[in-house]
Amino acid sequence: MTSSALALADVLAVEDTGGGDGFQAPGLSEFYPEPLAEFSLVGVDFAITRITLGLFVATTAMLVFMVLAARRPQIVPSKLQFVGESGYSLVRDGIARDVVGPKGLPFAPFLAALFFFILANNLMAIIPLAQISPMSRFAFPLVLALICWALYIYIGIREQGAGRYFKDILFLPGVPKAMYVLVTPIEILQNFIVRPFTLAVRLFANMFAGHMLLVVFSLGAVYLLSRDNFSIVFGPISALMAIVMTFFELLVIFLQAYVFTVLMGTYLNGSIEAEH
Amino acid sequence: MSILAAESANPLIPPLGEIIIGLVAFAIVLLVFFRFIAPRFEQAFRARREAIEGGIERAEAMQAEAKAALEQYRAQLAEARTEAAQIRDQARAEGQQILEELRAQAQEESARIVARGEEQLAANRQSVVNELRGQIGALAVDLAGRVVGESLEDEARRRGTVDRFLDSLDGMSAGGASDGRTGSTVFVPGADR
Repeated sequence: MTSSALALADVLAVEDTGGGDGFQAPGLSEFYPEPLAEFSLVGVDFAITRITLGLFVATTAMLVFMVLAARRPQIVPSKLQFVGESGYSLVRDGIARDVVGPKGLPFAPFLAALFFFILANNLMAIIPLAQISPMSRFAFPLVLALICWALYIYIGIREQGAGRYFKDILFLPGVPKAMYVLVTPIEILQNFIVRPFTLAVRLFANMFAGHMLLVVFSLGAVYLLSRDNFSIVFGPISALMAIVMTFFELLVIFLQAYVFTVLMGTYLNGSIEAEH
Repeated sequence: MSILAAESANPLIPPLGEIIIGLVAFAIVLLVFFRFIAPRFEQAFRARREAIEGGIERAEAMQAEAKAALEQYRAQLAEARTEAAQIRDQARAEGQQILEELRAQAQEESARIVARGEEQLAANRQSVVNELRGQIGALAVDLAGRVVGESLEDEARRRGTVDRFLDSLDGMSAGGASDGRTGSTVFVPGADR
């Protein structure tokens, strides 16, 4: 049983008992479903839950789709190739070339992988039966953010040299010397802590909150419809809200995938081109 | 129960196992994108760009060819024009030459005809002179004989007076003839009388 189903059972159980504790709002347990399989490997515990499964399914489906689209590239693309190509071009031209800069094209595969990986996993948030995004588990956005963090620092050192790169971050050029007292700690914080953290948290929190919203409105609709007082009027409103929020979630899904990738593009741009 | 565990769990502290799963999954995605998807799409982009550029190049080549053909045609036309002008000039020159030749020939012919006429005239005169000389001698002797009343023929023959007289006449006429080719001076017996 999924955690949402358990929550649903809780909601319905309230009716049976007719108890006074009312609506049981879904909690954090949403994101901690029962593991389908548990095993330990070299002292590390692995728990395969339906969210992990969602990650596998989304990633595999995305890869299969992209591989099929790219399998036999034609000058005049087939429909499938056109769709895949458009997505790839969006990242390649829109982010790698335009945001990262003229040296950005080699990063296009990385940025595209990032974008499609996040997008596919985000989409699990509204795909029926899954209906929870793996990105609402902090581990996955964190992994991506840490990889990005390591990459843009590495690229900065490679392109500008370690001395120049760190010097420019510690002592921002064009800032009055007295201001370094203020600017230097901010810059250090910004470049080495805040950037990866916000990158991860932004994605995680959006998907987390989106899922909570959908669950609250869905369960709320069920709860209200099962009451026999006036709340039956508000049940459909809650259901409608759930549908509206699903569309909103769709927007958030694309937006967050894009935002993550664009931000990584700007970080890479800062690493490649000498700042200011 | 895991649900009870979940209530106390911090969602911002991820389990290590999940991080590893995420790493592996993203590594696979990266691998597929770098090894397969990106090169294929780049290949398609390159092929498309080349197809477009190739088309442009082909069009440019065709245009250049057409231009060259036009140039060639123009050059040929100019050449033909100069050639025609040359031929015309040559023909004109040749015509001129022929005309001159003809004129010269005609002049020569006329000169020859004139010369021949003069020759003939001279020959005629000579024959007339010779004939007249004989007749005048006979006439003069005859006339003198009649005047004298006897035949002077034998005497004249003997002494050759007539011939002498005529020779003196000749000498006179030769002097008269030297002042021109006018026919009237050929013979003027009246001057002696």
